[in-house]
Amino acid sequence: MPTKVVPNLDRHALTAVFLGGAAGGLLRVWLSRYFASGTTSWPWAIFAINVTGSFALACLATWWKERPPESRFHHPLWTTGFCGAYTTFSTMQLEIFELLDRHRYGLATGYAIASIAAGYLAIFLGTALVRQQRALA
Amino acid sequence: MSAWVWIGVALLGGFGACGRFLLHTLIDTRVAGDFPLGTLVVNTSGALLLGLLTGLAVEGDALLLAGAATLGSYTTFSSWMLETHRLAEDGKRLTAAINILLSLLVGVGAVALGRAIGAHI
Repeated sequence: MPTKVVPNLDRHALTAVFLGGAAGGLLRVWLSRYFASGTTSWPWAIFAINVTGSFALACLATWWKERPPESRFHHPLWTTGFCGAYTTFSTMQLEIFELLDRHRYGLATGYAIASIAAGYLAIFLGTALVRQQRALA
Repeated sequence: MSAWVWIGVALLGGFGACGRFLLHTLIDTRVAGDFPLGTLVVNTSGALLLGLLTGLAVEGDALLLAGAATLGSYTTFSSWMLETHRLAEDGKRLTAAINILLSLLVGVGAVALGRAIGAHI
C-alpha cells in the first residue's frame, strides 16, 4: 500500500480550509487595496488585519479547545481557513524589506515590533476574554 | 479590477490556505518537539516566493493573484502569534522568543534572497 503523504487527511477539513481561506484571503485583499498606503509610510491595512485576525483566532481557538464544535467543519473553516488566510506573514515581511530598502530603518523596525507586540497582545486578550466568559458561565 | 480577478483572488486564496494546511500537518505530524516548525517553514517559503515574484518584476493583477492572494493566504500571522503565546503559557519562554526572532529574521532574509534570485534570472 502506498504511504500517504499526509496521514489521516480529513477531506472535510481540507474543503473547510479552502472555503475559509477563499473568504479570508478575499477580505484581506479587498481591505488592503481599499486602505492602501504608500511604500514609505506605515502599512496600516496589513497591521490592522493581522491584529484583528489574531484576536479572532485566539477567541475561537480558546473557545473550541474545551468545547469542540459539533460539526467537524467549523473549526478548520474559521481557524486555519479564515483567520489563517485573512492574516498574512509574507506581505508583512515584504513591507518590512521595502521600508529597509528605502532606508526607512526606524519605520521598518517600529512596524515589525508594533505588529508583533499588538498581535501578541491581541492573542493574550482574546484568550483571557474567552476564559473569563467561560468561568462566568 | 474585473470580477474575474476577484474570483481568481478567492480561488487562489483557498488554494494557498490548503497548501499551508497540508504542509503544516505534514511537518507537525512527522517532526517531534515543541518548536512550531510547520508555520516557520510555511511562512519562510512564502516570503521567499513573494520576494522572487518582486525580483522577477511581476506586477499588476499578476502580482495581486500570485502574491497577495495565493502567498498571502498561504502564509499566516495569527497562527504564528497563537503558537508563540501557547509556548510562553506552557513556560517555554525561550522557545517562544526564538520563534518570534527567528521567523522575523529569516522572513526578511527570505524576501531579500528571493528578490536577489529573481533579479538575476
